[in-house]
Amino acid sequence: MINYIIRRLLILPVILFGVSVLVFAMLMLVGPYQRLSTYIKSPAELKTANLDSLVEKYGLNDPFHQQYGRWISGVLKGDFGWSETAGATVTEAVLQRFPATLELALLALIPVIMGGINLGVFSAVHHNDPWDHVTRVFSIVGWSIPTFVFGLVVLMIFYGVLGWFPPGRLSVWASDIIRSSEFVQYTHLNIIDGLLNANLKVVGDAIRHLVAPVFSISILWWAYILRITRSSMLETLRKDYIRTARSKGVKERVVVKKHARKNALIPVVTVAGHMVLGLLGGLVITETIFGYQGLGQFFASAASQLDYAAVLGLALYFGFLLILINLCVDVSYAIIDPRIRLE
Amino acid sequence: MEWQEVLINLLRNKISLLGIFIILFFVIIAVFAPWIAPPASPRDPYMIPRAGWSPQPKPPNEEHIFGTSENQYDIFYGIIWGTRTAFRVGLIVVGISTFIGITIGTISAFYGGMVDEVMMRVTDIFLSMPFLVAAIVLTTILGKGLDNVMIALVTFGWMSTARLMRSQVLEIKTEEFVEAAEALGASDMRIIMRHVLLNTIFPVVINASMRMGSIVITASSLSFLGVGAPTGYADWGQMISFSRNWILGTQGNALQFWYTVVFPGVAITLFCLSWNLVGDAFRDILDPKLQN
Repeated sequence: MINYIIRRLLILPVILFGVSVLVFAMLMLVGPYQRLSTYIKSPAELKTANLDSLVEKYGLNDPFHQQYGRWISGVLKGDFGWSETAGATVTEAVLQRFPATLELALLALIPVIMGGINLGVFSAVHHNDPWDHVTRVFSIVGWSIPTFVFGLVVLMIFYGVLGWFPPGRLSVWASDIIRSSEFVQYTHLNIIDGLLNANLKVVGDAIRHLVAPVFSISILWWAYILRITRSSMLETLRKDYIRTARSKGVKERVVVKKHARKNALIPVVTVAGHMVLGLLGGLVITETIFGYQGLGQFFASAASQLDYAAVLGLALYFGFLLILINLCVDVSYAIIDPRIRLE
Repeated sequence: MEWQEVLINLLRNKISLLGIFIILFFVIIAVFAPWIAPPASPRDPYMIPRAGWSPQPKPPNEEHIFGTSENQYDIFYGIIWGTRTAFRVGLIVVGISTFIGITIGTISAFYGGMVDEVMMRVTDIFLSMPFLVAAIVLTTILGKGLDNVMIALVTFGWMSTARLMRSQVLEIKTEEFVEAAEALGASDMRIIMRHVLLNTIFPVVINASMRMGSIVITASSLSFLGVGAPTGYADWGQMISFSRNWILGTQGNALQFWYTVVFPGVAITLFCLSWNLVGDAFRDILDPKLQN
């Protein structure tokens, strides 16, 4: 296993380098003048000097590798340029919005994983009876509804008609509270901050705003996890040791929960990386629909306003984040499943 | 399993039969679009005709049976011609990216060693960005338009096929019949074409069928976010983006503009559902683990 982890760590710089080259190559597809925004540190720069001298200054007509070298050394220091959409440098804008997205993603993971696994186990236990068919049809339909359609319908019904779950991140009164001097923002995650400040009203308001986006994300991934859990559970339930347990007279409930489910979950871990990938992409749509001011919404509005600096900075950021998450997933997989270490 | 056997199983399976019917339904709509919804100007049939200039959507009536959307775009027309857009984007993107994936996966597994290592690391690099994010970045840079959307989707859409193909070929490479062909002096090209590809193609076909749905969803997501199809182009994602400003209705009548999201939403969901139904049934038929 040590070898496996070392190998993964050795490849890591190669992948990181590759992703940065890929992002930079996409940046090079636009002209030097449009690329300027990814180099400057404030819009005042554009007003004081003329554009030609700025292009000259940042060497935007130099050969690819020279420009890449200059760009990556800036990126390593955290210089991604100026974002017109956010009215701030890209780094500032990302840091400011990161907690919101983290809060949404973490909160979504719980119902996604628990719901998906339980549905999958349920479906496998009821293999080929009506319940199995109902859950499977539900999952295929759930997988086929685009997030932006489902999200809009959720918004229309749960906010428009019922008025339960408003869009945005916090109500006006609640954001006034968290910005006030008595309220200490320890983590910038509103739920945790609210608990730490013993202000349950803020916690309640934060949760109220999170329910609809979390629900819209969940429906899609339930289908995905259900599918994998179900087929791996079906396979496990046919194993000899399950038959042994049953013939010893172990209760069916215990067989399913204690003996089968644990082993059936191993393949689910392998797709966790894939899921995070899709989840990050899905956040772009979900946050946009529910007006939730996180990284996803920032990315979408930057893209529609051709804010190259922000779009590419975020792409790189998402890429690095994903590589690290995948590394964690692979290592934990090697720890959970002893068989993989032998390879 | 042979082709004929798989086909018979697909037609016997109720789930896949339903999927096939829905696909056929959409094919008919796409083929007969000029008759179902005659274009106002035959030179540019993909531009949705407008029934006026007022921004507020109007409910279904005799002239516009699904109503009109924001800025008076006819919803029925947009859905009918949007079917063609969906097929075009889906088939072209899935076709080209599957071809690239098969080529890279096969070469990688067949030759192994350094070739494999380099190709798989390149695949990893392309896989390191969320698909939707990468597609949005490239489309933003190339500019609005369906062609650029397709280029972006192909650029970041071939990796899963490549990985799948690679594992398939690795498995089959050690089979005796491949070794036998090699011993008989068959060329690499002949072995790949005749012995390897024919025996590994089914999982790739399932993958392609499932991807038809997700590619069409991603393409319309781009249009929904305003970086995909040009304004007024018959595209389901764009039809739904027209409904965004009206989704909460008016005071006291939240569902007033339901038709702006429901009709295009049903169209895109049914389209994706049909491909997923076929792909799902296909997978069950071919999965030896699920056979009793």
